[in-house]
Amino acid sequence: MTEAGLRTLPLEDLHTAAGARFGAFAGWSMPLQYAAGVMKEHQHTRAHAGLFDISHMKLIDVSGKDAAALLARACPLDPEALAEGQAKYTFLLNDRAGIIDDLIITRLGPARFMVVANAGNAARDEAHLRGLVGGLDCKIDPLDRVFLALQGPEASDVLAKAGIDGSALGFMNGTEPRPGWFLSRSGYTGEDGFELGLPEADAREVVARLLADERVLWIGLAARDSLRLEAGLCLHGQDITEETDPVAAGLTWAIPKALRTSGTYFGHEALAKIVALGAAECRVGLKPEGRQPVRAGAPLFDEAGNTVGRVTSGGFGPSAGHPVAMGYVAAPLATNGTRLFAEVRGAKVPVDVHPLPFTPHRYRKG
Amino acid sequence: MAQTYYTQDHEWLRVEGDTATVGITDYAQEQLGDLVFVELPEAGKVVAKGDTVVVVESVKAASDVYSPADGTIVETNGALSSDPSLVNSAATGDGWLWKMKLSAPSQLEGLLDEAGYAKLIG
Repeated sequence: MTEAGLRTLPLEDLHTAAGARFGAFAGWSMPLQYAAGVMKEHQHTRAHAGLFDISHMKLIDVSGKDAAALLARACPLDPEALAEGQAKYTFLLNDRAGIIDDLIITRLGPARFMVVANAGNAARDEAHLRGLVGGLDCKIDPLDRVFLALQGPEASDVLAKAGIDGSALGFMNGTEPRPGWFLSRSGYTGEDGFELGLPEADAREVVARLLADERVLWIGLAARDSLRLEAGLCLHGQDITEETDPVAAGLTWAIPKALRTSGTYFGHEALAKIVALGAAECRVGLKPEGRQPVRAGAPLFDEAGNTVGRVTSGGFGPSAGHPVAMGYVAAPLATNGTRLFAEVRGAKVPVDVHPLPFTPHRYRKG
Repeated sequence: MAQTYYTQDHEWLRVEGDTATVGITDYAQEQLGDLVFVELPEAGKVVAKGDTVVVVESVKAASDVYSPADGTIVETNGALSSDPSLVNSAATGDGWLWKMKLSAPSQLEGLLDEAGYAKLIG
């Protein structure tokens, strides 16, 4: 099934044995869905615990006396303000404040951070970080790990039963339970859950233990996408790109107040300008009327037929029970309830600007 | 006596006289995954072989279903509007897509029979 030129996951044999259908994503051959199918996989994750192989994503270990200083140069983030174990959602920006990538950075020690980068951007991210090292004493080590996500309301119990107790971790906190392991309470589904990076041999044992629990099911990339879309979370390359900035994307919350208007990180001047002027367009949720999904790339029109935006992600929300989408619209129209029209195969489908997320987040608090 | 034909594009046709009922095969529905929407044509529409007649949408993507022959649409499966998953659960039965009156029945000669189709999907 593997297409030429694609990278394969270290655990590919397990996915094949589980009946996975593979497809290309960000240069990787990824399991899109298993025998259960996307609908059941999606709902299983919201009800129990879904196991995702996200080894296409890259863990980058940044260490050394000046590790915090490097990340402060690279991201609109105050790394020194992070407590040990604390994780933050942040970005690498270009000189126009466009989003090179969105990252989760976890402080693991006084002079150590774990950066989680998106598959398709990992090489670009690493090069960007290296380009900012000038004069600093730090090391950038991309790690060779299997990376798993266990997501859903039963994830914590399931993980504990498999011998990995993460119940003490708060949401957006990370730790190293064993040498070479990285465990964080985080995810991209809107549910409570964990992400676990570990060497392949260990991963095979952990996966076997997890799958022995009837509450656990492999979940493919298709359900990962519908889960994150319902949760209103951005997919880099679609909802955020180098052409969109954190202000338009509605992600200013991820930037400390002081760093929105000043700072020394790469892209700060452009970001300060955008903050001062306000975004011309805004990312919003979109709820299509009826059952017809509206997909990424569909242009958006107002009642008068003017082009006012575009859909950046769209599909069906199995938990929402209706089609769900998000996209960018001209700032004055970014109000819940605004009626717009998406063009699908020449017809105009009514869509309403809708609050995000479509499905309430159920992260573990505190 | 109805006769069933298959296309290289994974459709089936059940032909009685000059009328064909058309759907996608079980193999095709499995490849597409859970369907959430089926866009059906208007009855009366005249179509040529190869025209897109129906669009089936799964959670992830939209896929075209082509007309296997020339003809006129006489009926579509309205039950799919409220329950598109019928195509998944009964692709060759209750999940049929449309019925058409064939204007060039000789086109059927180029289609596959059940054995030929089974060979195609291996």
